Amino acid sequence: MNTTSHVYLDYAATTPVDSRVVEAMLPYFNDEFGNPSSIHYFGQKAEAALENARENVANCFHCDPDEIIFTSCGTESDNLALRGAALAEREKRGATHILTTPVEHHAVLHTVFNLARYDGFDVELLPVDANGLVNPVEVNRRIRKETALVSVIFANNEIGSIYPVEEIGRVCREWSTPFHTDAVQAVAHLPIDVRALNIDLMSVGAHKFYGPKGVGALYVRRGIQVIPVQTGGAQEFGLRAGTQNIPYIVGMAIALRLIQEERSPWTAFITPIRDRIISRVLADIPQVRLTGHPTNRLPNHVSFVFEGVDANTLLMMLDSAGFACSSGSACKTGSPEPSGVLLALGLSPSLALGSLRVTLGQYTTSSEVDAFLAVLPGLVERTRVLTAGVERS
Amino acid sequence: MEAPRKVVVGMSGGVDSSVAAALLVEQGYRVTGMMLRLWSEPGKDGQNRCCSPDAMAQARRVAASLGIPFYAVDVQELFHNEVVQHFIDGYLEGITPNPCLICNRQIRWGYLLKYAQAFGADFLATGHYARVRHMVEDMVELYRAVDLHKDQSYVLSRLNQEQLKHSLFPLGELTKPQVRQIARNFGLSVAERPESQDLCFISDGNYRRFLNEYAPESQKIGQIITSEGKILGEHQGLAFYTIGQRKGLGISSPEPFYVIEKRFEEQTLVVGPVSELGKCELIAQDVNWISGMTPEKSFNAQVKIRYKAELASGMVEPGPEEFRVVFEQPLRDITPGQAAVIYQGNQCLGSGIIKE
Repeated sequence: MNTTSHVYLDYAATTPVDSRVVEAMLPYFNDEFGNPSSIHYFGQKAEAALENARENVANCFHCDPDEIIFTSCGTESDNLALRGAALAEREKRGATHILTTPVEHHAVLHTVFNLARYDGFDVELLPVDANGLVNPVEVNRRIRKETALVSVIFANNEIGSIYPVEEIGRVCREWSTPFHTDAVQAVAHLPIDVRALNIDLMSVGAHKFYGPKGVGALYVRRGIQVIPVQTGGAQEFGLRAGTQNIPYIVGMAIALRLIQEERSPWTAFITPIRDRIISRVLADIPQVRLTGHPTNRLPNHVSFVFEGVDANTLLMMLDSAGFACSSGSACKTGSPEPSGVLLALGLSPSLALGSLRVTLGQYTTSSEVDAFLAVLPGLVERTRVLTAGVERS
Repeated sequence: MEAPRKVVVGMSGGVDSSVAAALLVEQGYRVTGMMLRLWSEPGKDGQNRCCSPDAMAQARRVAASLGIPFYAVDVQELFHNEVVQHFIDGYLEGITPNPCLICNRQIRWGYLLKYAQAFGADFLATGHYARVRHMVEDMVELYRAVDLHKDQSYVLSRLNQEQLKHSLFPLGELTKPQVRQIARNFGLSVAERPESQDLCFISDGNYRRFLNEYAPESQKIGQIITSEGKILGEHQGLAFYTIGQRKGLGISSPEPFYVIEKRFEEQTLVVGPVSELGKCELIAQDVNWISGMTPEKSFNAQVKIRYKAELASGMVEPGPEEFRVVFEQPLRDITPGQAAVIYQGNQCLGSGIIKE
């Protein structure tokens, strides 16, 4: 049971920090410890590091440095974008309609539901197809002049599908409505040019691309108004009060640069491995379905639902066999609810409870994947027997 | 060297199961902690008296400090269907069910043991106070714990050879104060926590409130009568009374009256003076002989008619389906639905569910 080797196949949950990133962060804990808002020498050193990081991040996303706001994580970026833009649009032009999808991360969905409940916004969910994708035509059909904001995920954390961000952005641009995208899962895998993709607001979090936890960023296109959520000092152009976390911001900028430089050979390496997992699982295991788009998906991401399988049991079995995977949505309490994302694809609740997500990363080897593929069918079978045992009783 | 035996320990976040896990780790087993996520009243999981989020966090901390993997296992539906429903049905049928007996047989040593075995475990361990002895020819025997105040063999008396063979009770040889001391020695933060409760799924421990809410049909009004048939008043539903109960009958009488009998068919509650209370014999059904074999002859034994009852001496007339016990002294609270558990000395021979 407590096997000595543990294979990590859950890179969509989080990634280890690249040692070059750790290296780059270290001086900013003690040597260069200043507060970037201070006037003196120490403050100026910190400010230089901060602004250098901002410039690096801006370069990666093809925007200007003053369009990058540093935050504490992707979730905070989502909150700032949605709350900040929705409230600003309402103040400016009385807009109270929010258009989003049922397949968003909770950081988006719970925030817009909160805006509906406490601030009177009217939230509308776009229809999605069986792969969870959104048709830009539907955005055009539902957007209206009272629409304060449109938010559509860039690449889905649970099912891996990649969304037509550019086209949706174009529709929003025509209606002069701010368009936000949660790109937390996308950044590690896809080059992103916010200008070319018609993005107005974009959330990212460093720990999904080999940076540290506890730091993120929000791209805010110049001209888009955002009311701050966290108020206080004038840091981050008055949009995010609080002394900046310099070592982590430096780490995120380095991590982003590294992923940018090393992405394409790695994608070429990992995509066939992804496809091998998909075809082997579909061939070797009965009553299984791939979730998300078969090809238009993140290169490191596979996700399935198994008939008659309790996902948590399967995850425990896998963990016990030395493989760390996910069901797609984190639940450790043992009281699983079917994922709203999977239900939105039209899956039955019982099928949705049988989900498995395997996400590969920079340290994944082909032989680890082979070992995983060798044990999975047997573990699915054992889980099915146990799951059937509960249902029979 | 032999590979270490694998064991799954059922953890509740309490001191007993935490120490059980710690001892097994120390004894060189490969230990995995699992916590059953049992059913709780909708909207009240925080108040559930054992597997609350707080208890789970506690169990996780213990597992982390012992360096063992820990998983929560969802059995809410199964627990509801097997245990809670049985509890409600029992009351509606006029008996006083003991849900721990069902839970141990159906959930812990039914589902969780199978689950653990599917994980590759050789044993399921718990923090129960009881002892299992491995005898010749691969037989096992169940014994009371060294700490007789804490002994829990009563609730394990429904298990069979196959289940007990794959069970470990690391606390059986210890007293509760020793267990608390061991917890402190291991630096377990649970040393001072209160222990898990029975009726864990009833958030406030008030079964009358629970029945009112989840089985309103239990409020079936009937007559309160004496054994001679004299009507004394009205009761609020037989489920709300237990044999031997004195308080809360809502009748006035020259001397204290007790619940003597519940007549389910007529929905009447029979009450009477203390002299009418007590019976010298019981019949138990759904019999479990731990050896797997029905004793051939009648024998003298000590019998426990409730978890917290004293042992009472009597003659047991065994059978495969039912057994009868004739006690030396009358007992005041022989209650249908509870288990009658048979002991000889410290050995637990088996049990049945009291029928009458």
